[in-house]
Amino acid sequence: MELALQQALNGALLSVFYAVMAIGFTLIFGVMGIVNLAHGELYMVGAYVVWLTYAQGILPFPLAVLAGAGIVAGIGIGMERALFRPMRGNVLMGAILSVGMIFILQVFVATTWHVGLMKNIPPAIKGSVEMFGAIAPWQRLVVIPSAVALIGGLWWFLRRTKQGQALRAVAQDPEAATLQGISIDRVGIIAMAIAAALAGVAGGLMAPIMRVDPYMGHTALIMALMVTIVGGLGSIEGALVASFIYGFLVAFVTGYFPKEIASPATMAIIIGALLMFIMLAVRPRGILGRGT
Amino acid sequence: MVRKIKGGYLGLAVLFAMLAAMPFIIGEYRLTTVLMMMIWVIVVVSYRLLATTGEFSLGHVVVMGIGAYSSAIMSRNMGMSFWVTAPLGGLIAAGFAAATARPLFRMKGMYFLLGSFALGEAIRLCFRGFKEPFGGEGGFWYVPTPSIGSFIFSDTISYFYLVLGVTAACLFIMYRIDQSRIGKAMVAIHSQDSLCESLGINILGYKTLAYITASFFAGIAGALLGHYMTTVSPPQFAIGPMLLVLIWVVVGGTNTFWGPIAGVFTLYTIQETLRGVLVEWMPMFYGIILIAMVFALPGGLESLPARIAEWRKARREKLAGTGAG
Repeated sequence: MELALQQALNGALLSVFYAVMAIGFTLIFGVMGIVNLAHGELYMVGAYVVWLTYAQGILPFPLAVLAGAGIVAGIGIGMERALFRPMRGNVLMGAILSVGMIFILQVFVATTWHVGLMKNIPPAIKGSVEMFGAIAPWQRLVVIPSAVALIGGLWWFLRRTKQGQALRAVAQDPEAATLQGISIDRVGIIAMAIAAALAGVAGGLMAPIMRVDPYMGHTALIMALMVTIVGGLGSIEGALVASFIYGFLVAFVTGYFPKEIASPATMAIIIGALLMFIMLAVRPRGILGRGT
Repeated sequence: MVRKIKGGYLGLAVLFAMLAAMPFIIGEYRLTTVLMMMIWVIVVVSYRLLATTGEFSLGHVVVMGIGAYSSAIMSRNMGMSFWVTAPLGGLIAAGFAAATARPLFRMKGMYFLLGSFALGEAIRLCFRGFKEPFGGEGGFWYVPTPSIGSFIFSDTISYFYLVLGVTAACLFIMYRIDQSRIGKAMVAIHSQDSLCESLGINILGYKTLAYITASFFAGIAGALLGHYMTTVSPPQFAIGPMLLVLIWVVVGGTNTFWGPIAGVFTLYTIQETLRGVLVEWMPMFYGIILIAMVFALPGGLESLPARIAEWRKARREKLAGTGAG
């Protein structure tokens, strides 16, 4: 019972984490037709900013996370201007260019702040709550409302503001949107900034929980990819649904898979990757995606 | 046409003659890097075989890993000879391709790229997750070194010639395929797939054939790598090396047989020359080269001779024009 509750809590945490990552990833694809394989590296930079500012005592934790989001959004805008704008619509070449960015960001971080040292980030909010025998540190618990607030804010932006509606219009039909006087370039920048900032916040919020190193983006990218594909590439609602499937799948496989057969954490990703593969073969548009 | 084919075989012969002279020219340390480069040449040329049909895979290095693991496991646990396990490793990799071709080719373009990545990652994590028989996270150790009778290919120079022979054979066969009617059909699928279908070319059949053949050679390359390193471990087949293969191929170009070879040779030489200067900045250098190439020379290195010829012609015309004026 305690283990089940503990895994349910972990599942909820992982779900919102995957949702924040995957929504950004899917947003860039929907608006710009770009698959940004360096999305995980943006997340990694967000975590590093928190380590650099908060763990060194320069900024309080919430401000450090915001600073990370801002810096990562800046990198995202730079990538949009330099790499993705000329490749708009050419998905394969855009993805290959983003591979270049993976190496550049990884090496920049690894050589500037070194790989080997463990980046210890003290919890910003100490203590934990005990519920029916399951222990939940506050540092983990705060991720959930923060992520929900972020996703809610994005929802409001996309539905209620003029810019947000322009963004959705471009995602639906770029040509028709241009005819309405919407600037695709401008919308592309906004989408990329939002997506990057989301990855940055995810990195910042997870930094005290995860192991921070220059290669942490790899797992984050795989998770974002799996959630996005299963949800339907380009569909935010789909990403949201799939992030819950994956969050609880990973939490329960990690909790219950017998250690003697194979490492449970590895097994969780194997099952997740196979699910993504089957989805691509059987229903490439995912749970809620529009046709290809 | 006949003349061109002859030129191609001559090119291969010259290339391997030069490589065969390497042990007399360079030291043992440098020879190791040339040896590794030849293994990667098999991988990129086989990668191009699939890429000519228009599909870019992110699972090719994992397929190489399947060959490496199969050959390593069979030779250490079952005591089979390298000369049997290496081809078998290639066949097992090809068998894997045959088994996964159907679902994989339901995907195209970006979806194929991501699908092959998901499949590859699942297989690679099996190498990591299952201690039996793959050895788990630490990898599979004590892979036997190949031997003939009492002669063991244990030093760099003898293993170098072993790799040289296998690479030459693989490249020769793949060049034959490239020049054959089958190879031409594969290229045609890439540029004009609906036209091909209306002409009665079985697109799925050719794509599957390209995938299986490419996987066979990748498996052989994996076996060569595993028996040389004497250890096979999951990071060797992770996304990092896969992206390097992708960069070599993109930088070299995929339109001709020689593009990927040029890509590996050029980048590997630069990498080894600048190793002392760049140290840990190396991957960033690769990233910058990739981005610069995509923008500056989208056709890859292979398009360079044509580009230079064009540029010189334009210059000559310009000079002639000013002369007349």
